[in-house]
Amino acid sequence: MSEPVIRAEQLTKTYGRAVAVDHLDLTIEQGEVFGLLGPNGAGKTTTILMLLGLTEPTSGKAVVAGFDPLRQPLEVKRRVGYMPDQVGFYDNLTGLENLRYTAKLCGFRGKDADDRISAAARRVKLEYAMKKEVRTYSRGMRQRLGIAEIVMKGASIAILDEPTSGLDPQASREFLELIRSLKHDGMTIVLSSHLLEMVQSICDRVALFNRGKIGLMGRVGDLMSNVLGGTHVIRIDALGAGVAEAIAKVPGVSRVVPEGGRLRVEAIGDLRADIARAVVGCGGDLKMIDAGEASLEDVYTRYFEGVPNAA
Amino acid sequence: MPREGSAFAGVGAVMMKELADNLSSTRMRLLEGLIFITGAGAVYSTIGAVKEVIGEDPFIFLRVFTTGIPPLPSFVGFLGFLIPIIAIALGFDGVNGEFNRRTMSRILAQPIYRDGLLFGKFLAGLATIAMALTALWLFVIGLGILMLGLPPSSEEVWRSLAFLIAAIAYGGVWLALAMLFSVIFRSAATAALAALSVWLLFAFFWQMLVVLITPILAPADPYNIASQVHTVEVGLGIARLSPNTLFSETALAFLNPAERGQNLGVLLPAQLQGAISGPLPFGESVALVWPQVAGLFAAFILLFTIAYVLFQRQEVRA
Repeated sequence: MSEPVIRAEQLTKTYGRAVAVDHLDLTIEQGEVFGLLGPNGAGKTTTILMLLGLTEPTSGKAVVAGFDPLRQPLEVKRRVGYMPDQVGFYDNLTGLENLRYTAKLCGFRGKDADDRISAAARRVKLEYAMKKEVRTYSRGMRQRLGIAEIVMKGASIAILDEPTSGLDPQASREFLELIRSLKHDGMTIVLSSHLLEMVQSICDRVALFNRGKIGLMGRVGDLMSNVLGGTHVIRIDALGAGVAEAIAKVPGVSRVVPEGGRLRVEAIGDLRADIARAVVGCGGDLKMIDAGEASLEDVYTRYFEGVPNAA
Repeated sequence: MPREGSAFAGVGAVMMKELADNLSSTRMRLLEGLIFITGAGAVYSTIGAVKEVIGEDPFIFLRVFTTGIPPLPSFVGFLGFLIPIIAIALGFDGVNGEFNRRTMSRILAQPIYRDGLLFGKFLAGLATIAMALTALWLFVIGLGILMLGLPPSSEEVWRSLAFLIAAIAYGGVWLALAMLFSVIFRSAATAALAALSVWLLFAFFWQMLVVLITPILAPADPYNIASQVHTVEVGLGIARLSPNTLFSETALAFLNPAERGQNLGVLLPAQLQGAISGPLPFGESVALVWPQVAGLFAAFILLFTIAYVLFQRQEVRA
């Protein structure tokens, strides 16, 4: 494995007495899709801003694409494309004019800039709207314009903050497809999100943030087996007194947790048949039983249950 | 810790974009209309009076700028009011506007420093003011030539050019103030109101304040001429904290060659004794108001520096 493209060592940011990011260690390899997960206020955005050199760390250091964001921010920002949460463009300008402005800020001029912009617009399938004012764009189109900006820049690392929040399912799917194609081109992608399903489907590795620290980091599959102990999560809708206790007695069931009028059962395997028998055996009405595979959401829920005062 | 790369990266790009925004905005259309109508009105009404004294005054052209026919103020008086308004209109949403449009972090993620953004925005505002004032200046000169039927002398051109530069510097002070408020306040409306309050304070209430404060700070002894002079000087000192005072004194010296300090400070009759009355050469007029001009530049640099430091320390996240 070559040198990681992003490395943070003991990165810390405090605001007064509040600690936003607490001695964070993080490495991201070339070509990875890396997810930063966690509740709001857990330090994801602050971490991103420190990696970009837009916020000065209180202590610790970061290396991005071989440069120090604090001392060589221009070098870092030439190589990293950033799409902030709810990305904004100048509404009174067209998509093309917005990208031209960014191109100029990046130092691209004339034909070079125009070629880059039209290639990027084609890439995100936004050519048809480039001559329209951004005020007429939908949320999804703005996001794609944000990606076009990163492509136009020729960035080798893309940092996307909450890229799919507020998108409808169709736009979200298209957007994920776009991110996959960027990964295919060898771009390293860091994204923060609270949409766990999306992260699960696209990320190679994830880091779970809590109160400025990374609680868990690793491959999605590994996290599941570590946190959940290789368990299946079975959701049950059953009526009747003592149903939960009966299920808990089934051999192999590790936990039974009420969840929105239903029960979430964690078990070492697919114990649906045993559980159904137990419910019926104690006189309960079994209305629904599903054995979804454990998802990242379960990891997340389980992890933050164990952490006091998770924001 | 030293940082690498030029602080001026992107200044040109930011400036051209902001300039295009300024010049094409509806806001600018309104302001241009306002200043041209008032400017033309002031000059038109003045020229009738100025025509009466053709042949009596070698600097007849400059009178077009300075003569006011009550109740209308002179053209210079109008500019004293209007320049701050233009500058505030151009600057009040400079920085907070980027936050409110959520473009700030995206722009700062491009390979430029914050310096480039602030410099570019400021230069674009200043260039816009300079363009508007130069156009207005040419317009007034043209109107003067047409209506008076004679061209300005070369000294009149120099003097009025010096006045133009002073007017642009005065605009720079207010632009820096407006941008400072745009850094301090996240809401553009609050920033605009704050800047307009400062303008109101200096344009209308400052003279009253001077009258109120001066006797408290430096009470005058009716039997002691030195203490009276001291009182007047303290009063002038306070008055000159206002950029409006600095601007009107500068305009007076540049546009009225006969001004030799009698309206700009305390000159005792003994000091004027033996002085030959008559116009000062241009260089002497410049020397006379150099402190005021320097004061305008100092105010501008001070305000811009404060804005710069606050902006550098500001958190990028909205």
